[in-house]
Amino acid sequence: MNGIHDLGGRHGLGPINPEPNEPVFHAPWEGRAFGLFAATFVFAGYTVDEFRHAIENMDPAHYLESSYYEHWMSAFEHLLTTRGIVTREELAAKVAELSKETNRCC
Amino acid sequence: MPTAHKTIPEPDPAIRVRALESLLIEKGLIDPKALDVLVDTYEHKVGPRNGAKVVARAWSDPAYKQRLLDDATSAIKEFGFSGLQGEDMEVVENTPEVHNIVVCTLCSCYPWPTLGLPPVWYKSAPYRARVVSDPRGVLREFGLELPETTEIRVWDTTAELRYLVLPERPAGTEALSETQLEALVTRDSMIGVGQPKSA
Repeated sequence: MNGIHDLGGRHGLGPINPEPNEPVFHAPWEGRAFGLFAATFVFAGYTVDEFRHAIENMDPAHYLESSYYEHWMSAFEHLLTTRGIVTREELAAKVAELSKETNRCC
Repeated sequence: MPTAHKTIPEPDPAIRVRALESLLIEKGLIDPKALDVLVDTYEHKVGPRNGAKVVARAWSDPAYKQRLLDDATSAIKEFGFSGLQGEDMEVVENTPEVHNIVVCTLCSCYPWPTLGLPPVWYKSAPYRARVVSDPRGVLREFGLELPETTEIRVWDTTAELRYLVLPERPAGTEALSETQLEALVTRDSMIGVGQPKSA
């Protein structure tokens, strides 16, 4: 499939900008997102290939604009909601709840 | 043919991750302590110092180097480095004539047991797009200028097969021990966008 992820040879994507002394995770949430793969794939019954396919099926503009672990989040949400393990409504409600807490405390 | 799916509108990825993790904990599906262990392992225990041990051994021990080039997966396993995202390994050797570079144009495949998790630039669109069409230009961005006569080989990693570059042993290091050599091996030299430190 010649999707947006098939980047080899594309032009115009700008400089590489390697970051000196880069940390493994740039924020705690990246580590949590990383850990969610190993924590979910067994009970949710998906494979690495299916996970990658879910990333490849992201909205192409969003794929290019978002960071690596946001790709992962997108794939988790897709794989877990299409299996009915969580629903979009539950996720939206939880996000709203946590956003309110964050605003209140900080 | 699956349809492109958009994510829920989500400005803050930190909240997005917390929301999913909290829901899965509430449902009794995940244990947050298991996540703590994974984060700690890849933040502190697995990383390019593993790969440096492999390279330093190959520089010091010709028989090991031969095993590494013949069957990288088994030779790397001699150190206990194996498993997730490193199930099938191939080592490509730099020589005065040939310089190797590794990429994953389709995603972010990388040899986790020897190098840890990949840096952001390795997973980024600019590197994946350009290293296959303009490798010399990309190396220049990393501060590496190779002679025009050096052949450059770019290896596109797959989900199944992961590459590790065996850089050339720096000149003037004949008297160094394996441990001293290890300190000269950089992550970038094992991806092929850099050279080892000089002695």
